[in-house]
Amino acid sequence: MGQVTMTVNGKTVSGTVEDRTLLSTFIRENLALTGTHVGCDTSQCGACLVHVDGKAVKSCTMLAAQANGGAVTTIEGVGTPAELHPVQKAFKENHGLQCGFCTPGMIMSAIDMINRLGPNLDEDTIRHELEGNICRCTGYHNIVKAIKQASEEMADVLEAAE
Amino acid sequence: MYETTYHKASSVSEAVDLLKKADDGKLLSGGQTLIPTMKQRLAAPSDLIDLRQIDELKGISRQSDGSIRIGAATCHADVAGSADVKEALPGLAALAGKIGDPHVRHMGTIGGSIANNDPAADYPSALLALGASIETNKREFTADDFFTGMFETALDEDEIVTAIVFPATEKSAYAKFPNPASRYAMAGVFVAKGANGTRVAVTGAGQDGVFRVKEMETALNGSWSPDAVASISVSADDLISDIHGSSEYRANLVTVMAKRAVAAA
Ligand SMILES: Cc1cc2nc3c(=O)[nH]c(=O)nc-3n(C[C@H](O)[C@H](O)[C@H](O)COP(=O)(O)OP(=O)(O)OC[C@H]3O[C@@H](n4cnc5c(N)ncnc54)[C@H](O)[C@@H]3O)c2cc1C
Ligand code: FES
Ligand code: FES
Repeated sequence: MGQVTMTVNGKTVSGTVEDRTLLSTFIRENLALTGTHVGCDTSQCGACLVHVDGKAVKSCTMLAAQANGGAVTTIEGVGTPAELHPVQKAFKENHGLQCGFCTPGMIMSAIDMINRLGPNLDEDTIRHELEGNICRCTGYHNIVKAIKQASEEMADVLEAAE
Repeated sequence: MYETTYHKASSVSEAVDLLKKADDGKLLSGGQTLIPTMKQRLAAPSDLIDLRQIDELKGISRQSDGSIRIGAATCHADVAGSADVKEALPGLAALAGKIGDPHVRHMGTIGGSIANNDPAADYPSALLALGASIETNKREFTADDFFTGMFETALDEDEIVTAIVFPATEKSAYAKFPNPASRYAMAGVFVAKGANGTRVAVTGAGQDGVFRVKEMETALNGSWSPDAVASISVSADDLISDIHGSSEYRANLVTVMAKRAVAAA
């Protein structure tokens, strides 16, 4: 057992956990932030994506202890019901989800790719970047459309700010 | 996952001490192989010694002789994105950018990948084709001596890979046929022309892990063109055969990937 302390969605949190505790378990069970989903046992589906120190990682494939001292963002830290993040808004407008199980991971993946590769992403880039996110429902087309729209809207926001 | 005790090391010497003291300790780098294996209860180390925060194991530098040195705990995304690697060893940058998916590349490291020596891992082919040397806390290996078989390396139990040095190279390229589900190589071929001559190394296909194809190397020395390797095939006898593909299928993929890699170099 050990004490872990990290910043989650801007707030400092800590807890005493077994060393084998996965970051996804700590987020869901200790912090009750159940927007981070666990969809597989093989590190392949991406439903559990969170950002740790600004990079998207699979929280089911990292120990809570490895994130000790770090800054974590989960889907709960993105947008608010009244004011959705551009990526969330675009998923809603483009019917980018059906059951919604993969959606938190898709959104965290989309934000990470736009952060890294810049706005105005083309379809080919988006499809390659989604290699670590699996969706059982949508057939991906509307997810790709949503990310493309969001990346364009985020370009407009950036231009307006300049 | 079975119980384990986590330790964060802040230097290589501290990591070595922790490893020696542990009952059945294991080094933890990116965790992208070890954690899934522990979750499946296929590994149950008593202690985990985390290398990811050790500064001396991180970073990429171009040395005065033109070689590129990469710290063992450098993640795949950093290798793929490095301006130095892209310029000096485009094949290596392209390879790193094709490992798994973006999230695996944010965590997984070059040291973890080569220490694990999965027969379907990408990096071993680059180290062998480029004639890289592997530095550890104890000694230095050539890639030819380092990879000794499927999931086997020449490392001692308590030995830590600290860096990999790639000599300056005239040409390098990698072509991979990824398994559509896992993204691991069904067959990957790395071709290089440089200080160590012309080399062709194959991963994903061999039962004993990565191997060189001398016949293709000779042909490319004569003429560097896809046609030079088009009629050379490796024997299916020593290749992997599994649900993803037969050994004959993999033998064919090796020739096709070799042609693509030569064309890309
Ligand atoms: C979904 C998914 C897809 C993947 N796809 C690919 C792919 O397409 N191609 C590919 O090549 N790989 C792939 N991988 C594996 C990935 O590249 C791993 O990151 C890599 O194999 C291991 O590196 P790591 O840093 O994560 O090591 P860890 O998992 O931390 O460690 C692996 C092993 O190496 C040992 N070790 C770690 N560091 C050192 C060191 N410095 N010295 C000595 N021993 C050490 C550990 O003790 C352990 O036994 C994939 C993984 C996942 C989860
Ligand atoms: S739950 Fe983490 S990758 Fe599937
Ligand atoms: S919307 Fe159901 S899994 Fe993607």
